[in-house]
Amino acid sequence: MGFDQFLFFVFAGVAVLGSLLVIGQRNPIYSVLALIVAFFGLSGLYVLLEAPFVAVVQIIIYAGAIMVLFLFTVMLLNVPREDAAEWDRAHPYYRPWALRVGTALAVVMALQLGWALSRTPGLGVGVADERPAISSVAELGRVLFTDYMFAFEVTSILIIVAMVGAVALARKRES
Amino acid sequence: MLDWLTAPQTIFFLSVTMVVFLALQISAAVMVYAERKVAAFMQQRYGPYLVGPKGLLQPIADIVKLVFKEELKPKAADTLLFAAAPVISAIAAFTAFAPVPFGAATTFFGLLPEPMPLMVADINVAVLVIFAVTSMGVYGIVLAGWSSNSKYSLLGGLRSSAQMISYELAYGMSLATIVMLAGSLSLREIVDAQQGYWLGFIPKWYAFINPISFLIFTTAGIAETNRAPFDFPEAEQELVAGYHTEYSSMRFALFFLAEYINMVTVAAVATNLFLGGWHGPFIPEAYGWIWFLIKLSVLCFGYLWLRWTLPRFRYDQLMGFGWKLLLPAATINLLVSAAGVLYFGL
Repeated sequence: MGFDQFLFFVFAGVAVLGSLLVIGQRNPIYSVLALIVAFFGLSGLYVLLEAPFVAVVQIIIYAGAIMVLFLFTVMLLNVPREDAAEWDRAHPYYRPWALRVGTALAVVMALQLGWALSRTPGLGVGVADERPAISSVAELGRVLFTDYMFAFEVTSILIIVAMVGAVALARKRES
Repeated sequence: MLDWLTAPQTIFFLSVTMVVFLALQISAAVMVYAERKVAAFMQQRYGPYLVGPKGLLQPIADIVKLVFKEELKPKAADTLLFAAAPVISAIAAFTAFAPVPFGAATTFFGLLPEPMPLMVADINVAVLVIFAVTSMGVYGIVLAGWSSNSKYSLLGGLRSSAQMISYELAYGMSLATIVMLAGSLSLREIVDAQQGYWLGFIPKWYAFINPISFLIFTTAGIAETNRAPFDFPEAEQELVAGYHTEYSSMRFALFFLAEYINMVTVAAVATNLFLGGWHGPFIPEAYGWIWFLIKLSVLCFGYLWLRWTLPRFRYDQLMGFGWKLLLPAATINLLVSAAGVLYFGL
């Protein structure tokens, strides 16, 4: 096992454990922090894939900007700890059909994951891709603004629509 | 097997790391002393003068006092996060300096087989790494505010996060402008792009090519490090001491260490991005770090000068200034610079 592979398992472990902790405990603040840790694990994986730009952008946007807003919201709304007693059978989220839909979704996801894994040529790191690696920032920018121009612009329009919608919903009605 | 451990490069790397680590801690002590002396000078009093000659040993006395103070923790505080918050702040502060170069590549009097840059980590996306790590520092402050379980701490923490989010945008925009002008994300290459003179005496610094960007960067940098006139998280008249109200002893000291190191880091990044880093006349290239230290000290003095000259903004003025003036100005500056690079090849 090479050093790269060792690092892969460390970062992958951090990402998986962090993600499990997000849903695995009851304090919402700790969930947010666990998600940040998971993002750091993912960022480490990007570095191993020789994509330092994507790794840093992952930290800036997800771990930095978005999670600060999450934390901000959780604190400002003072979201309470989820207590075990709340989750009795009288709770609307605990109706039998909710359980069935949840189980069905879990089965679908497990099947998809199994299908994807069965089509992966080899497990572990070092799965070579035919396409040339986009590692340099200049190359990434060129590809983004030529080959993927349409997808890029559509994404920005989508984000602007979301932003305008949020402002329209949040502003006070003038009477 | 372990040849690399005794290789000159490894030893050089380890020593540079240790030197930076120690120098950052010493710089924090120096800044505390300088702050008290500058404040005293501006208010026409003496400042610390009893401990050591001209009070020079005052920081050491302060550290001894902080180490021996009792560690207090509110009963209702979140134990884990209350302990983790100052550590997160300090780690982010130290890490942010890692990709900052402070001298020209050197063979260290011929001891190294090939020249190595005077920096901890030569990363090709250094500018982004600094930006990312700096934005991690806000977690320490927010978590300190929340975990203390006190309304003053919580308000301080929330204000701080709102302020940092607001000013990070303008900060990032001014960074992007310089990255575009230099055509590189590596701080070392950005510094090297500023070599040379116009008319034989005006240095080709980005502070002269794009002064608006320099102003925006320093303004946003002051807000990012929570310094006066943007020091809302710790506005003592309204919030006692903000996010670190409930902290004492070494945990409190870690917050202050982080704050002063962040100031030094912002000043160091500004030196590299806008003031030509270690390049300067009269001093040979190998001793460029002397120029770096001089420029760094001037910027750090600017920090202190501002703090004891300007009154604090009102909170809504601060938010309005960040979103309605600084961000549009940074955006326009970015677009104009982009046009300049594209059409005139600046």
